[in-house]
Amino acid sequence: MQMHSLAFDISHTLAGGLVLISFMMLYQDRLYSLLNVFALHALVLAMSVAWQAFIQDAPHLYLTAVIALVFKAIVIPVALHRIVKRLGIHRDIESAVGIGPTMLAGMGLVALSMVLMLRVTADADPLAREDLAFALSVVLLGLLVMVTRRNAVSQVVGFMSLENGLVLAATGAKGMPLVVEISVAFSILIAFIVIGIFLFRIRERFDSVDVSALDDFRGERR
Amino acid sequence: MNLASFDPVAAVLLIPIGSAALLAALPGYRLTARLNVVASLATFLAALCLFLIDRPPPGPYVLVDDLNIVFIVLNTFVGFTTSIFSASYIAHELETGRLTPAYLRFYHAMYQTMMFGMNLAFVSNNIGLMWVAVELATLTTVLMVGIYRTHAALEAAWKYFILGSVGIALALFGTILVYMAARPVVGEGQDGMIWTILIEHAADFDPALLNVAFVFLFLGYGTKVGLAPLHAWLPDAHAEGPTPISAVLSGLLLNVALYALLRFKILLAANPTAIAPGPLMVTMGLVSVVFAAFMLYRRRDIKRLFAYSSIEHMGIIVFAFGMGGPLANFAGLLHMVMHSLTKSAIFYAVGHISQIKGTQRINRIRGLTVTHPALGWGLVVGVAAIAGLPPLGIFMSEFLVVTSTFARQPLLAIVLVFGILLAFGALMLRLTSVAFGRPRGSTASAEASYVPMFAHLALVLGAGIYLPAPLVAWFQNVARLLG
Repeated sequence: MQMHSLAFDISHTLAGGLVLISFMMLYQDRLYSLLNVFALHALVLAMSVAWQAFIQDAPHLYLTAVIALVFKAIVIPVALHRIVKRLGIHRDIESAVGIGPTMLAGMGLVALSMVLMLRVTADADPLAREDLAFALSVVLLGLLVMVTRRNAVSQVVGFMSLENGLVLAATGAKGMPLVVEISVAFSILIAFIVIGIFLFRIRERFDSVDVSALDDFRGERR
Repeated sequence: MNLASFDPVAAVLLIPIGSAALLAALPGYRLTARLNVVASLATFLAALCLFLIDRPPPGPYVLVDDLNIVFIVLNTFVGFTTSIFSASYIAHELETGRLTPAYLRFYHAMYQTMMFGMNLAFVSNNIGLMWVAVELATLTTVLMVGIYRTHAALEAAWKYFILGSVGIALALFGTILVYMAARPVVGEGQDGMIWTILIEHAADFDPALLNVAFVFLFLGYGTKVGLAPLHAWLPDAHAEGPTPISAVLSGLLLNVALYALLRFKILLAANPTAIAPGPLMVTMGLVSVVFAAFMLYRRRDIKRLFAYSSIEHMGIIVFAFGMGGPLANFAGLLHMVMHSLTKSAIFYAVGHISQIKGTQRINRIRGLTVTHPALGWGLVVGVAAIAGLPPLGIFMSEFLVVTSTFARQPLLAIVLVFGILLAFGALMLRLTSVAFGRPRGSTASAEASYVPMFAHLALVLGAGIYLPAPLVAWFQNVARLLG
């Protein structure tokens, strides 16, 4: 019993740590520091997945943990660092919304996911339900990062943190098949995007808020 | 090879993926464009064989039932006709230098990979595999939308990619939740993701978890169906990519996401205590119809005009499936088939027109029926069909949707009719200026392939006048399956 609650506490701490690091992403205003925080996010995810592999006795999850560690915590941040340097965009991040409102929105989203998930999973086992609640928080915070940033690189970082939340959810769902395959598929997807950013030199700020500018640009307006 | 050892399911998957590898390796336009057509035809024929064989029992990965055969045959047929259109379209793009031979190779390989992804999504019995397949199909279309590498094309591809990824991420979260709901009932491991097993035990699942799962799945796959307000990627992706891709996006890829949605709708309907998925679908469908109908009036770009029309029609289809019941489901299914055929025919016409005129701006295209009678009248018939004029097929399916709704929810039917009429007005307004009047823009003769366009229009006209009895019986059967 003692052992079980320790297992529970550790996975709880790691998943909660992911949510906190997602919050840290919200207020980074430089690309380099955002990338560093993301590397930390991926590191904690790798630890969390490895811990799940240990307590669930599911050796294939170690593979997912290794992918998270090597690919997301090391390769991608390093590659993005170099791209940022090469494209000369290591200045401030322009965020569409100020830090204060963003943090408040983030808190609202976390509260929402806690209320929602804890309520609907009332009779699932406690480990899985806490895990799922944290995972949804990470997913929603990742979405928030994506909508508050206009720079392609930081949108990708937001997407990757969102995806970390999905991996957390998938590993928390005990015995779920295809987890490794899905994490590999996601890694390929991300590699595609990073290569895409570099090859196509997407350095413009993609403004998802002001659609009228787009319409002008396309000659959609008379 | 006798029929017994021939496995059409494997063929539908292996032909596209094999030819994708081949097309990536082969040089030259003539050879590869023809090979693309041949491969698409072979896939279509293999799909037709699905009707003939005894269905394989549902396995852990593959499922063949009445529902997905309809989707696969439609998918491979439009894939085949689009490959014919694509051959003549791409020849022109090579001449004008918008595409280089290296990109052409990439384009053909991606075309077949996309067909593979879509077919895999249709035949998969595993909700995880289905998710992976939808992701694959999305990724390939993202790459093709950005293929011209202009500023606008890259931006459209990026927007599509980001919104598509978010949609796909939400769908995965929903898939995980479905597994969580299934685990206490069917046990750990693979069984919890196999659709046929899930549907058997759906009644015992935790309804609260299933509800939340469906909301995520609906938002996730709904983004890819192009439902308002999650549609923002759709017009850009249609306008900036090559026109054959616009045709398959509207005609096929939206159907793939719709199919995924329908599978989960059936799952939810099998659980009596979970929320009914209908009202959610009806609401989003109606919002899409009315929103898109208003947006049609402001379009200045001909491909974006028809992209918004796709949003409107997907709205009608989702609305019909949301209403449920044998008649509305039948109408939704028929409308989906008619929309795929008509919209891809319109894009075939629009592709050649914008190549001739060198622009997609509506006010620079005038008097097409005078200068290019075949293309012009083809477009007129296509737009008349998509706007819902009798005796074409869409009139019949829209009529069925509206009448079945009037019998049950007159208020909803009024809103629906309002949206349809609004869209009708916008389309007619634009059609008269594009098709008639004093010609404007280049009058160069077209090296167009008319066969795919007129084949589709003939099918739509034929379906509007007479639906063969076996087809009706088949659709009625599927409509029952959809509940």
